[in-house]
Amino acid sequence: MSFQPVKFYQTGTFTVGNRLLAPQERSVQANMERTNSLNSGHRACQGCGEALGARYAIDAAMHATDNQLIAANATGCLEVFSTPYPETSWQIPWMHSLFGNAPAVATGIAAAIKIKRQKGLKDDVRVVAQGGDGGTTDIGFGCLSGMFERNDDVLYICYDNGGYMNTGVQRSSATPPAARTATTMPVGPQPGNVFGQGKFMPAIAMAHEIPYVATATVADLRDLEHKVKKAMTFRGARYIHILVPCPLGWGSASQDTIKLSRLAKETGMFPVFEAEYGELTNSSKIRRLLPVEEYLRPQKRFAHLFGKSPAVATIARLQALADKNIRKYEMLDKEAN
Amino acid sequence: MNKPFAITLDPGSSLANHTGSWRTERPVYVDRLPPCNSQCPAGEDIQGWLFHAESGNYEKAWQHLTRDNPFPAIMGRVCYHSCENVCNRGQLDAPVGINSVERFLGDEAIRRAWKLVPPAAETGKHVLIVGAGPSGMSAAYHLRRFGHRVTVYEAGPLLGGMMRFGIPKYRLPRDVLDAEMQRVVDMGVEVVLNTKVDNILDTMQTGKFDAAFLAVGAHIAKRAFIPSGEVSKVVDAISVLRSMEGENKPMLGRRVIVYGGGNTAIDVARTAKRMGAEPIIVYRRTRDKMPAHDFEIEEALQEGVMIRWLSTIKQAGDTNITIEKMELDASGFPQPTGEFETLEADSVVLALGQDVDLSLLEGVPGLEVSDGVVKVDANMMTGQPGVFAGGDMVPTERNITIGVGHGKKAARNIDAWLRGATYVAPPKHQVATFDKLNTWYYADAPKTVRPMLDIIRRQSTFDEVQGGLDESTALFEARRCLSCGNCFECDNCYGVCPDNAVIKLGPGKRFEFNYDYCKGCGMCVAECPCGAINMVPENN
Repeated sequence: MSFQPVKFYQTGTFTVGNRLLAPQERSVQANMERTNSLNSGHRACQGCGEALGARYAIDAAMHATDNQLIAANATGCLEVFSTPYPETSWQIPWMHSLFGNAPAVATGIAAAIKIKRQKGLKDDVRVVAQGGDGGTTDIGFGCLSGMFERNDDVLYICYDNGGYMNTGVQRSSATPPAARTATTMPVGPQPGNVFGQGKFMPAIAMAHEIPYVATATVADLRDLEHKVKKAMTFRGARYIHILVPCPLGWGSASQDTIKLSRLAKETGMFPVFEAEYGELTNSSKIRRLLPVEEYLRPQKRFAHLFGKSPAVATIARLQALADKNIRKYEMLDKEAN
Repeated sequence: MNKPFAITLDPGSSLANHTGSWRTERPVYVDRLPPCNSQCPAGEDIQGWLFHAESGNYEKAWQHLTRDNPFPAIMGRVCYHSCENVCNRGQLDAPVGINSVERFLGDEAIRRAWKLVPPAAETGKHVLIVGAGPSGMSAAYHLRRFGHRVTVYEAGPLLGGMMRFGIPKYRLPRDVLDAEMQRVVDMGVEVVLNTKVDNILDTMQTGKFDAAFLAVGAHIAKRAFIPSGEVSKVVDAISVLRSMEGENKPMLGRRVIVYGGGNTAIDVARTAKRMGAEPIIVYRRTRDKMPAHDFEIEEALQEGVMIRWLSTIKQAGDTNITIEKMELDASGFPQPTGEFETLEADSVVLALGQDVDLSLLEGVPGLEVSDGVVKVDANMMTGQPGVFAGGDMVPTERNITIGVGHGKKAARNIDAWLRGATYVAPPKHQVATFDKLNTWYYADAPKTVRPMLDIIRRQSTFDEVQGGLDESTALFEARRCLSCGNCFECDNCYGVCPDNAVIKLGPGKRFEFNYDYCKGCGMCVAECPCGAINMVPENN
């Protein structure tokens, strides 16, 4: 369900802006005075989904907190392309941390602010921590779980591009099954990542029963901004997981980044939902249900499934995963269908 | 400078890093020609006026519309809206109801008494227009806007030409026609009614006209020889429709046979039905071959008009006619079968097409007339310098919208000719085809259906058959426009650029690219809903 009913029929709210909407109803990204938290000149690849997702999310967080925001950043693509010493693309208070300890650093910042407020600080400064899927689901997993468990007042944002991309596209525990990486089986009857392994971090976050967990994609900006703003209305640990296509690691065309995000949701490969205190509260409905092939075909990491003899069985297994997502996260609008 | 521990360089911004140098292709903003605009015979900027209607600024929409066509309320009723046939939205759900929004704007303008803008300065040139139909009055409007003095000679007693004497009231109420004609007259157009121009060159010389635009409609009915008795009543459709406008309504009797298959045949049959008759259309071919528009055939059938397909009239007697059944041959032409049938008939109305009275051109040197129409060059000028012609008089498909378009085109050419120049139309943009759009971004919205008058009143009165939209439905319908090929400031490019390389210039000013940082990923092009960005190779 879209958070805002379709109001204007030329575009509804699917576009970034809408000249027919009142200014306060428009997206943060439509604003000429948006923060541009991640400024021009960064060295991300053409069509980088993570650069886009980070600006979407942090601009929305800046807007929601009236610019009273400090960010801790895990090492990863996002750091590498945005802050080659001594340059920075960040236009917010921003702190570097190691690959694995961004949640702990953010916890420290939140604790420091708590003390400062006890000593008279008036401003309500909020904290975000952000990292890629490697820093979140693999290397920083322990720190993140601890942060959740202590319910520290931090919003953790994971930008999931399904691998360690800037170091040469190695597998992470967020790499989808059958996707080829530099460290998965390159040849043989079942090339690519194995089935039955890996983690879906949003579900793990929900298991911690923290106040707020949400997923989003860069294809639905209004939904993403809504979730960041909503996260800022909670105190305690919050987690947002954003799917960000990687043209380099996925072997996709640079202009297809948003299209692939859209297809990930429309095929059921990536569920978009919200959960509060461990319970699913809302899920974005599929608008035009498509088979998983539509999502897989444009990506070279899945090209081996569509060779001379298509890997029908593997595609069917991926379709089964998508169908499971659709059921589990209630991705179909039962009333509409 | 005192640097903190382990710091050796000053902090810098990534703005120093001009990532635009990576680019091999660059995005550029373009305006493409929407299919509706490309199709419109009157050259309306449909997407342009819908843009204003979308924001509820109906007056601005109307002003934008009337730049090209001064008769939106008429068009919104009688135009065959071929624009909607090519509307890209038709490939999504159903075409935008362009015609119904146009009518809404036209009706709003009449209700609120919006005025056309009189010219800023007079040129001192005087142009004669012959015929106050759609083409002549359109030309009068456009020439007046250029600042020329305009005098219209009309043979009939009222303005409107075929819009009045060829189109029944139930399709075009006369108060609407009068209001839109009067608005053109109010711009300072002089009108001379009840005056037929017998010789164009004489009239031009006597009146000291600098140029003339001839827009005489096709008012003369074509005849067919039908053997008939002395008391049998055989009349032509155009004179029936014309006499509906006067005091003496035509006496057709109860059983009326209409012979022909064009829009005029349908109009006269539906008119007879409303007068209490039981009309039967006799047409020699099949429904799919009928020249009349199918929706008009359908409406006539709904109202109880009967149609005898594959039939010709062999003979008309005093109280009956004999028809012969036909069959189509391999090439689709009707061939007689020798089977006859008798139908009771009080009168026979011939609707077999019309010709133009070209007698005013007699003796004009340099003119070329063939198939009953005058040849004109690409600039609408006849073989006689300074004499232009358009509408039904020239070789063309005949309908009101084409006539209005001819009036505009002729006015531009006459204006240029009066200045000693030649009008050159600006180059057209590439058409915004469906594949240029990203239709994901358009919400699903079904077409608004216009209300139809109930069938009893359609059979017995001349009340308008098709109703209009109200403000809420017109706004909804306008907002269904996809704005093909023209930026409507949805901010998508500004939002989706991962490099902040799109600069938003503010409301109404659109956007520009910052090529210092644009890496040429093409995401803005892929995600532009309306296809207003193009990717071009870098030159160096």
